[in-house]
Amino acid sequence: MGLNNPATANERDTTSVVSMESPNWVTTRLDFLSNWARSNSLWPMPFGTACCAIEYMATAASRFDIARFGMERQSFSPRQADVFICAGRVPFKLAPVMRRIWDQMPQPKWCISMGACASTGNVFDNYTIVQGIDTIIPVDVYVPGCPPRPEGLIYGIQLLQKKIQGETFTDPMLREEQPLGPSKLFLPPARIDELSEPFGNSVHQTRSSS
Amino acid sequence: MTAAVSPSAAALREEFGEAVERVVVSCGDTIVYVTLGREHDVLAWLKATPGQEFNYLTDVTAVDYRDPEIPLEVVWQLRSLGRKADLRVKTSLGGAAQLEVRSVYDLWKGADWLEREVYDMFGIRFAGHPDLRRILMWETYAEGYPLRKSFPLRGHFSRAEQTRQALAANPEAHYSLEELSIAEAYGELPKDVQERLSRGERGEVR
Repeated sequence: MGLNNPATANERDTTSVVSMESPNWVTTRLDFLSNWARSNSLWPMPFGTACCAIEYMATAASRFDIARFGMERQSFSPRQADVFICAGRVPFKLAPVMRRIWDQMPQPKWCISMGACASTGNVFDNYTIVQGIDTIIPVDVYVPGCPPRPEGLIYGIQLLQKKIQGETFTDPMLREEQPLGPSKLFLPPARIDELSEPFGNSVHQTRSSS
Repeated sequence: MTAAVSPSAAALREEFGEAVERVVVSCGDTIVYVTLGREHDVLAWLKATPGQEFNYLTDVTAVDYRDPEIPLEVVWQLRSLGRKADLRVKTSLGGAAQLEVRSVYDLWKGADWLEREVYDMFGIRFAGHPDLRRILMWETYAEGYPLRKSFPLRGHFSRAEQTRQALAANPEAHYSLEELSIAEAYGELPKDVQERLSRGERGEVR
């Protein structure tokens, strides 16, 4: 489109004509505008605890470059972050720290669980490892892999962007903080036990070793 | 492979006699079994005596055998940096009732964290250790000692209970003031922070 004089423009192309006299303006839905802005300027808060963090660094570096998706700024402060990316296994000792960081992030916020350990505990079905960070904080996108390649994480990020673009202000659940209550649990105990159940080869291990 | 016994073993036999229970050579390494109660004397002698000079404590660890009849063993792996020689000293503990040996912190300062780890993983107490706390597991960990053979791989508690205890932990309370590097600024902290820090795991303000 151009800023042609309407008098000289082609009559069949009137929609593309912007008057020289009027200011430039657009109409759009507020949801669309804010989601467009948010999804394209996500600031990640990297929570790298293991080898997934190496792949995350590769994703952030020049070859894969998540700056292309608006994640230019790595936010190492939870208070200026939008996306919590948990890259690596989380021991129970670290669980309260992770929960604190999540609580410190302002709304709106999202979470990507990167890799098998963060999502399920992976092979570390033992006494120290949290069996999936979704027993501690809400997760938006799970990226499978051990560790996922940068392409996998980028795909996860794009899925998150798609999810954000589908959000709406009218959803009352969307910005609801879920602080830990007096039970100190994010999920009901039965749900945590269910999520943490052994799977794959783990089911052949007995609970007792002796 | 011809197994060469370390000359330190014969010297120990001469010095301590019956306290040296047996000497084994395994994979080229000499292992000296010492009677419980004499281990500190033996280790002090090995460190101080000219010709031995085991001045570096490589590791302190413990062994739990699957057979419940065999008691836990404590292992000291020694190294003489000058002589380029190694020696392993072991002591069998007296069953579940007697899980204590003397700390060697007074001989090698490096024993501090090694002994804390053995205490954390096996529940063996070291008499004379200046600060015997858990080191890997958090200090309110209540499930027991993970490297014992009787410890289930997934722990004693359910996953929900483990998660609840983990989330209920207040990590900041578990650090001492010097670990937080604010000991000198303690007086300038707000009252509520002072109060919270003074309730740390050590239970005292330095």
